[in-house]
Amino acid sequence: MSVLVYTESEKGNFKKIALEVASYAKAVANQMGTTVTAITINANDTSELGKHGVDKVLKVNNPKLDTFNAKTYADIIKQAAEKEGSKVVVVSSSADSKYLAPLLAVQLHAGYASNVVAAPTSASPFTVKRTAFTNKAFNFTTIDTDVKIVGVSNNSFGLVENSGSASAEDFSPSILENGVHVDSVDKATNKVSIADAEIVVSAGRGLKGPENWGMVEELASVLGAATACSKPVSDLGWRPHSEHVGQTGKPVAANLYIAIGISGAIQHLAGINASKVKVVINTDPEAPFFKAADYGVVGDAFDVVPRLTEKLKEFKAQNA
Amino acid sequence: MKILVCISHVPDTTSKINFTDGDTKFDTNGVQFVINPNDEFGLTRAMWFKEKQGATVDVVNVGGPETEPTLRKALAIGADGAIRVNTPATDGFAVAKQLADVIKNGGYDLVIAGRESIDYNGGMVPGMIAGLIDANFVNNCISLEVDGTNAKAVREIDGGKETVSTTLPLVIGGQKGLVEESDLRIPNMRGIMMARQKPLTIVEPNGTTTETTTVKFEKPAPKGAVKLVSPDNLDELVNLLHNEVKVI
Ligand SMILES: Cc1cc2nc3c(=O)[nH]c(=O)nc-3n(C[C@H](O)[C@H](O)[C@H](O)COP(=O)(O)OP(=O)(O)OC[C@H]3O[C@@H](n4cnc5c(N)ncnc54)[C@H](O)[C@@H]3O)c2cc1C
Ligand SMILES: Nc1ncnc2c1ncn2[C@@H]1O[C@H](COP(=O)(O)O)[C@@H](O)[C@H]1O
Repeated sequence: MSVLVYTESEKGNFKKIALEVASYAKAVANQMGTTVTAITINANDTSELGKHGVDKVLKVNNPKLDTFNAKTYADIIKQAAEKEGSKVVVVSSSADSKYLAPLLAVQLHAGYASNVVAAPTSASPFTVKRTAFTNKAFNFTTIDTDVKIVGVSNNSFGLVENSGSASAEDFSPSILENGVHVDSVDKATNKVSIADAEIVVSAGRGLKGPENWGMVEELASVLGAATACSKPVSDLGWRPHSEHVGQTGKPVAANLYIAIGISGAIQHLAGINASKVKVVINTDPEAPFFKAADYGVVGDAFDVVPRLTEKLKEFKAQNA
Repeated sequence: MKILVCISHVPDTTSKINFTDGDTKFDTNGVQFVINPNDEFGLTRAMWFKEKQGATVDVVNVGGPETEPTLRKALAIGADGAIRVNTPATDGFAVAKQLADVIKNGGYDLVIAGRESIDYNGGMVPGMIAGLIDANFVNNCISLEVDGTNAKAVREIDGGKETVSTTLPLVIGGQKGLVEESDLRIPNMRGIMMARQKPLTIVEPNGTTTETTTVKFEKPAPKGAVKLVSPDNLDELVNLLHNEVKVI
């Protein structure tokens, strides 16, 4: 009966979203009067999970699973759900989890709600709050099947710490062969990815040219943030496509989104609206982005950004 | 190769979002509907397979008669035929079930859907179709080549990309990158004229039930006005981010 949560790791270490979905699963388990079981694949130390509400960990360790494979992973999570008799399975909104969740839903005959932003508003009927219409609205959805899958939106629930500890158990599921073979993975390992980042620093055409991105990267590095850009910037080749955010680019659900020299077109906002706090730096006080922002600085990026970076360095030094 | 492109009929991003009937229904009044942007990239890639590799391309939508202009637009862009499954799109699973039948009955080898639609299903349909028809599946697909029954695809992952090889039958969840924006086609007069002659087949639904129900919509609380900080007082900004909203 326990709530099952898939806690993702990368090179053996848990991603931050793994702790967030664990915290979420704990909230669901409390509502349902049950415990939380986590399933991990090739993770090393699982003690962190106990501090975020997990009671028991099913540890799968197998070198065959070093590379993510949606169908194979979905099948393993299915076996874990069946073993635990779980009625609720919680996953994140990472690219990998969004890839495997619909496959898992078919396998488990489970209804699936993605982009969920809060703990269930009711356990029976099982009702969750989701974002809809590119974050311009919310939608309350009931999952009507016996088994339910909840996909939690990144940075929406946050981490909840408690004093618990988790028992760990080795789990050796059968491993399904899959018809999709990963030939190569091309991933920047030294950078925070937009999906994992709590803070994203993004810049637009207002920066005039690719040679001016040094100050953006420096601001991002002081904040431990990922860098992003508006669509024209990647179309012009100033920045890689992987940094393009918005309706046709990557979605951003960060705690803090800093937009520099971006006008705030609706297609841009569609992708970043789910971020909690938005700061806009723009020379034009009429730029539409100010209407969507929490804090604004009307000023020239070339003046404001380096000075803001200095202020943040001082702040970090004082609060280290 | 027989390709099916799944077309979701969605409100244009610039639309005002409102609800009626006690916040239970989307208010379509004055809303402009378009082909879901991710599907437009997929449709254009399908046209490339048609022109370069002799594939046939059909498009499909699960929805009421109001979606037909969107399907006609896809025909005008160059699809050979269109299918409409005559039932409202109630949840991702029910839509996927209808589409799975269309795929089985039509014998399609490649199904191109979008990574997600910009209305409210949130990236469920393509994976569910793949699960239901037991086909290979590549999500967040940004490049696709097919040679006989072998396919090579590139998938966007968090922080990078991944190259995969697989075989038909295949379902993809596609997005920008499959083709570039500058390659997207706008229907021309000839296309629009020809689209009128092309078949738009209406299929009755298979009686699937849903797994989820939308009970209510809600609009976010209106945002407070932006707090402006003078460029000469950036200490204040740091202070607000630290003490007021606690994000640094
Ligand atoms: C179907 C469709 C999909 C789209 N998808 C996306 C998407 O996913 N993501 C996206 O971003 N866009 C998207 N767009 C494009 C979008 O409509 C805008 O054109 C784009 O976001 C504008 O980018 P920008 O703000 O960088 O540039 P601009 O609109 O040129 O704005 C530049 C801004 O910089 C400011 N500025 C200039 N100099 C300075 C300075 N020295 N200091 C500070 N500020 C300065 C200006 O006041 C201005 O506000 C899409 C458009 C369409 C039609
Ligand atoms: N009603 C529908 N009819 C046809 N295809 C659909 C429909 N709904 C979703 N799809 C396809 O599934 C993709 C993902 O949609 P969704 O799961 O709704 O986010 C879309 O980009 C379409 O390709």
